[in-house]
Amino acid sequence: MPATAADIRKKEKIIQRVFLIIAFSSLFSLFLIALFIFIEGFPMIMKVGLKDFLLSTRWSPTRGHYGIFAMIVSSFWVTIGALLFGGPLGLMCSIFLVEFASARWRAIIKPALELLAGIPSVVYGFLGVVYLVPLVRDYLGGPGLSLLTSCIILGIMILPTVISISVDALVAVPNSYREAAFSLGGTRWQTTYMVTVHAAKSGIITALVLGMGRAVGETMAVIMISGNALKIPTSILDPIRTMTSNIALEMGYASGMHRQALFATGIVLFFFVMALNTIATLFARRKAIK
Amino acid sequence: MTPKRAEHIALGLMVSGAFLALAILLFIIAVIMIKGLPHVTLRFLLDNPMDMGRAGGIFSTIVSTIYLLVVSLIIAIPLGVGTAIYLTEYTVEGKVTKIIRFGTECLAGVPSIILGLFGFILFVVKMGFSWCVLSGGISLAIMILPVIIRTSEEAIKAVPQSYRDVNEVLGGSKWQGVIRLVLPNAAPGILTGIILSVGRGIGETAVVIFTLGTSLRTPFSIFDSGRSMAVHFYILAQEGISMKNAYATAAVLVFSILIINIFSYYMMHRFVKGRT
Repeated sequence: MPATAADIRKKEKIIQRVFLIIAFSSLFSLFLIALFIFIEGFPMIMKVGLKDFLLSTRWSPTRGHYGIFAMIVSSFWVTIGALLFGGPLGLMCSIFLVEFASARWRAIIKPALELLAGIPSVVYGFLGVVYLVPLVRDYLGGPGLSLLTSCIILGIMILPTVISISVDALVAVPNSYREAAFSLGGTRWQTTYMVTVHAAKSGIITALVLGMGRAVGETMAVIMISGNALKIPTSILDPIRTMTSNIALEMGYASGMHRQALFATGIVLFFFVMALNTIATLFARRKAIK
Repeated sequence: MTPKRAEHIALGLMVSGAFLALAILLFIIAVIMIKGLPHVTLRFLLDNPMDMGRAGGIFSTIVSTIYLLVVSLIIAIPLGVGTAIYLTEYTVEGKVTKIIRFGTECLAGVPSIILGLFGFILFVVKMGFSWCVLSGGISLAIMILPVIIRTSEEAIKAVPQSYRDVNEVLGGSKWQGVIRLVLPNAAPGILTGIILSVGRGIGETAVVIFTLGTSLRTPFSIFDSGRSMAVHFYILAQEGISMKNAYATAAVLVFSILIINIFSYYMMHRFVKGRT
């Protein structure tokens, strides 16, 4: 029996429903992730008290001390440091690619830089330990496994994020802007920093903020190169332990309250990352409105 | 400073920045290949690890990695491509699409260690799967979902509107249009996204170590534990078990990632060329 028009319409309706449900899979996953991290971690924060959890530097789970302040500070500094290394370098790359490079160079350099994103973080960490750590130890002092080495390696690791988004932002600047600046007698560089970068500002900020989001969440490389000492760093040559590396290091054997404390650290991390994502989205939206 | 001088200095800075980044990439690849490849023999690829990885090869970790990727792709491809089809074909831009897009962006930003924690508590502990290919596969699927959604959406958008119009004029239903015209034409672009996400999945460690586990046995059923190549490399290097085998494993890892990336770049190029 051939399908009638009504049959087809009914079938279409069902198909559309199915796709709608599928389309919510990513949102649903995000919700589940938040939910389960909270269920595991939140009761522990209530028990210890938010202040003792966030603002105490004493972390010794066997004795019942669960203060993660030193790790929050370490995560903060490592993120800022990664931005200081990766931000300018990434912007230099993107400006070169969009404003200065010939099409041929761009065709070689852009995919090559995208490859940096494909290198596993364990490989970054490993090469950091083998090549960068001895350099820092011999020439600058300290144990080598330190805030500085973490910042440099993370700075390299956020490059692909920073570059790909800021390149998009620069490319999106209409050519008429550049032509107007050229016709006023501006050199290529004057045009770039007075007009193009200015016009692409919100996109560039989005790129930097998302880069920070990557840096704060990075785990495996940081475990390998940061030294994992549990204290607030007083110099850039001090070893550090971030929130992420603490979770990964202790998850293997933690149980009970200790494990809950690691999930609670996950909640804090989750908040950090979501805040950065929201800021990035806001800046990206501002561009869209303009 | 004259504008001309400033121009030269600026150009010099930008060029050196770009070449520094390029040099870092080449350094990483060169070091891993030079130190690792000489130890990669057929026996290394086909022998199981012995004595915690001190001796033997990496066969079981290769099987674990491929198994894990296949399971996560089986989950992530229908969901990711389905989401992209919904966003482009079955709805108009509005509140719902905005929410879905924001959720996807946020999911892409979730650190892998959080995904690891989540997979561990939900699949390994609460659902009682323990460390296994299934737990790891679902967790990894969530990680690559945003990549697949984004690339599929772009690929589907690139299919000319005229195709859909023709389908409508000829009396085809929307579903027929999607299956017979849109998807086949977007397939190369979608495939590019899938290959890219395989590249990301191969190197992932934080998610996998807490969900797939670290067992060196070759997994057979999806409820068996295993150890991916990336996790194996991490353990070899971090615990100083064998530098030789660590480099060799890293070489296999980086080599596969290189091939995958070059292949997907080539695919995308052809896809874009075919469109214009």
